[in-house]
Amino acid sequence: MNPAILLEQVPDGDGTWLMSLASGLQYTLVVAAFAWIIAFVLGSILGVMRTTENKWAVRLGNAYVELFRNIPLIVQFFVWYFVLPGLVPAVKAWVVSLDPTTHQFVTAIVCLGLFTAARISEQVRSGIQALPRGQRMAGYAMGLTQAQTYQYVLLPVAYRIVIPPMTSELMNLIKNTAVAFSIGLVELFFRTREMGELTFRYFEAFAAATLTYVIIAMLANRIMAFIERRIAIPGFISGGVGGGH
Amino acid sequence: MNKVLPALLGVALASCFALPSQAQDLTGTLKKIKETGQITVAHRESSIPFSYLDDKQQPIGYSMDICAKVVDAVKTELKMPNLKVVYQPVTSSNRIPLLQNGTIDIECGSTTNSVERQKLVAFGPTYFRIQVTAAVKKSSNINSLADLNGKNISTTSGTTAVPLLKAYEKTKNVDVKEIYGKDHAESFLLLAEDRVVAFVMDDILLAGQIANSRSPGDYKILNESLRAEPYGPMIRKDDPQFKALLDKTLTALYKSPEMERIYNKWYMSPIPPKGVNLNFPMTPQLKADFAAPNDKGV
Repeated sequence: MNPAILLEQVPDGDGTWLMSLASGLQYTLVVAAFAWIIAFVLGSILGVMRTTENKWAVRLGNAYVELFRNIPLIVQFFVWYFVLPGLVPAVKAWVVSLDPTTHQFVTAIVCLGLFTAARISEQVRSGIQALPRGQRMAGYAMGLTQAQTYQYVLLPVAYRIVIPPMTSELMNLIKNTAVAFSIGLVELFFRTREMGELTFRYFEAFAAATLTYVIIAMLANRIMAFIERRIAIPGFISGGVGGGH
Repeated sequence: MNKVLPALLGVALASCFALPSQAQDLTGTLKKIKETGQITVAHRESSIPFSYLDDKQQPIGYSMDICAKVVDAVKTELKMPNLKVVYQPVTSSNRIPLLQNGTIDIECGSTTNSVERQKLVAFGPTYFRIQVTAAVKKSSNINSLADLNGKNISTTSGTTAVPLLKAYEKTKNVDVKEIYGKDHAESFLLLAEDRVVAFVMDDILLAGQIANSRSPGDYKILNESLRAEPYGPMIRKDDPQFKALLDKTLTALYKSPEMERIYNKWYMSPIPPKGVNLNFPMTPQLKADFAAPNDKGV
């Protein structure tokens, strides 16, 4: 174990291995951030759909979750990156015209976003269903529409309940970005492997990557715990007492 | 006393160099094989025709045939006719760590013998010499590496082609966009699907991918080279007994007519899984390697 290797130059590249890993980390973080936006918005919509009284909305939401949750992530990457353009000539013509890095970047965001949305939707659904049925009834009794009941009564509490599992999902998402190496995206794990393969210093390379992933995941955890404390309703559920989970 | 010590040291040293006549004298890999009763041969999954899986998922290939001779020599040397041979698939990324940690004893694939790798592992005599070049579609009008300027190309991550390509781009002022496949099949898929215009890799691996593709006639390999690289069997470093046995066995094999038979079996005749003929005659460089077996790296 000699961390000095990180300061050595990349063969025929620019800069040191440390910079190479840092450039990978940028992709990891940006992909995770955009994928989280897709996952949060789509996951919330699907989660709400699955608790409504509309049978078809529930079925559609369930079908989505089963589809995206039951296919391994690496297979989903393969389908988005190789199979889809191969099947649809118009998509292929479009992706060939793109810069390869942009294509990999967008594919990774979409793939991770849609995959994580299925999981977020499960959390949102369980958050809503964890509320006493009386709350929905009370909303209707006050003359609120279904949309208003969700907006003012159910969701404000449901989201607060599911912050801890959401934190787990966010941390999972950050770690799942590593699978994007399979489509050649030069994120942190790709750079780590590359460093291992070209220097044979796997131990140093993976130690650096492990440390980085742990730090990011812990930061995400602390940020979510902070949010949880800030928005906690005093005296309501356990929010704000323990922080984190 | 002062005279006894050097004498003792002399005896100790002499015993180190003594031939392994008994199990106690064995060191390194041979000792491990004797003790465990098995040898683990590492193979690749899609390095055609060196080392790959046939339609019955059995590892076969040119390198595997050569390593079979080494396994036979181990059986004779250790007097273990019933030695168990375990086959372990490896990838470009895990072959060196698995060799170092003892999971595999010898790797028979398509591994470049490089000076850089020799710091970590040892190689047996070179059994093949390849050129790093590009495969393109005949319809693409690309005839040299310089024609790749401004185009998207694929290559397999973790291979020596990656730094070579980067160096070429710098010296020749050529700008290409690389897409990395995680194995050769995936990199070739990108070429076959017209997602890239060229696949930069070792010529024989390109020939293998082309021969097994749906329409082998559509592709050609450029007659230009980024670098020639020797391939050899890979074993653990600092293992003199196993290395000596490996060198002795392969030197004898390369100089025998048996070698030409093995070469023709894999490069000049139809091979599994599809019965395609690579039609890749022995190059003058490889003939020279067989005439004077060596383990020089690049």
